[in-house]
Amino acid sequence: MTFALSFYTLAVVKALVLLGILLITLVYIQWVERKLIAHIQGRWGPNRVGPHGLLQPIADSLKLLTKEDLTPPHVHKLIFVMAPFLAVSLALISIAVIPFGGEVEVFGVRTTLQLTDLNIGLLFIFAVTSLGVYGIALGGWASNNKYSLFGALRSSAQMLSYELSLSLGVVGVLLLSGSLSLRRIVDSQAGYYFGFLPRWNVFHGPLPQLVGFLVYLTAAFAETNRVPFDLPEAETELVAGFHTEYSSMKFALFFMAEYANMITVACLATVLFFGGWHAPLPESWGIQYAPLVVGALVAGLLLYHSQGAFAGKQRRSMQVFGVVAALIGAAFLLQPVRVLFSPLFWFAAKSGFFLFLYIWVRGTLPRFRYDQLMGFGWKVLFPVGVANVLVTALMVALFG
Amino acid sequence: MLDTALFYIFAALTLGGGVLTITRRSAVHSAIWLITSLLGVAGLYLLQRAEFLAGVQVILYVGGIMVLFLFVIMLVNLDQAAKEKRFSGQKWIALACVAAVALQALWFVSKGAGRFTLGQPSIAGENLGNSEHVSRVLFSQYLLPFELASILLLVAIIGAVVMAKKRI
Repeated sequence: MTFALSFYTLAVVKALVLLGILLITLVYIQWVERKLIAHIQGRWGPNRVGPHGLLQPIADSLKLLTKEDLTPPHVHKLIFVMAPFLAVSLALISIAVIPFGGEVEVFGVRTTLQLTDLNIGLLFIFAVTSLGVYGIALGGWASNNKYSLFGALRSSAQMLSYELSLSLGVVGVLLLSGSLSLRRIVDSQAGYYFGFLPRWNVFHGPLPQLVGFLVYLTAAFAETNRVPFDLPEAETELVAGFHTEYSSMKFALFFMAEYANMITVACLATVLFFGGWHAPLPESWGIQYAPLVVGALVAGLLLYHSQGAFAGKQRRSMQVFGVVAALIGAAFLLQPVRVLFSPLFWFAAKSGFFLFLYIWVRGTLPRFRYDQLMGFGWKVLFPVGVANVLVTALMVALFG
Repeated sequence: MLDTALFYIFAALTLGGGVLTITRRSAVHSAIWLITSLLGVAGLYLLQRAEFLAGVQVILYVGGIMVLFLFVIMLVNLDQAAKEKRFSGQKWIALACVAAVALQALWFVSKGAGRFTLGQPSIAGENLGNSEHVSRVLFSQYLLPFELASILLLVAIIGAVVMAKKRI
């Protein structure tokens, strides 16, 4: 009984911690995105609310919460209200099976840094993301508006087409690791070739999954409705696509769902192809001090730039953040902190890179035309994915 | 206890969803209830510890085929269909068929009770997961039907392409 109780308490605590981190990331990834896009386009981005606009996401959330929640008279009420909740809850659920690190001991409690390890973890994620399309499709239909309907139609066609390529890109990884459990997939990527090349699936013998990764990444952009595949909400043609009629919190939920999906897809790319929480170099190369170096570099950069053209509040906040970065880096000198947070550091660094890639691509590429999108999905990505599966299967059968 | 409760919940979802699928007037509502029904079936698979089957059920039927259904429903104009009379005059024949099947099932259960065994959930404690079990059986014992089914699907795809495109 005590075991069962502690199991439930542990699960609740882990779920709450994960949810907290996820929601903060969700809110601040938008700040990062706006800042980065602004700098790519030679603008400043948000810089009014708080130092460097850091409180802007909170102001936005408050604004969205307090705006009038308009339900147009011609919509199908139940489905119209249900759709955004469906979208966001499905987007948040899939994070439950992502493993963020190995087994750790915190305050005498041994646990894994993962909410639950399903033996069909990967299938679970695909099942949940394949359901995610209903939020968009039903929302667009229930809006009873031709632009929304077209957004919904486009989105269902796009998701169906690209889901195939997404799954095909992953099959190579499954062939190499022989399991659907995400934890076992990460475990199979531990260790190094020649003492320095990590055995991540993008480098893994007998066939490195580089092609599989590219197929996965491209399909993932389409699955999350991001530029250059954001046809369902192409402003120039469809007003705002499927969420034209949505306002206030319901609109914010669709927004959250999109970013939650981005985070899931980035984490999944890390887990499947880039060794999850494993460091890129063995410890004998001193890689365990990387967080320390990163912290010191960030601190130095911030303190150096705070001497520049910034005034008052901006300058002080840069100094504060510099000191915080230095302290976080210094904390990695302590053995227990290093053991607990090093895997998380690598996981966050890799996932963060993929999130950055999303934003980078958004600032770089124009949107596809609709027939190009379908043609690319079926005539390029799908055959490449199939070829990758066949070649990988052959190599695994011969040398695996 | 929990299993039994869950079984009745999923069974109710499956059957209730099925009934509502054929009685709703709006095609989109029917589709939504069919989705509910299929999710109920996935839940029943989970109760039988067939996780792989449950996952595939959701991915293929709910996430794939039903999205296509919705897609088609949204594309075609159903206003006319909604105004038509829904049930044709074959009510009595249908009822007779259902009654016959129900009698058959009753007879089968009453006569055959104890004579046949139900399929057992995959053995716990054995080191193989459900996916491995399914694949092992599928690719050894049922290899021929499996490959035949894949050829059947290929024929269907080629047929669809030929019908859709006049010149290839």
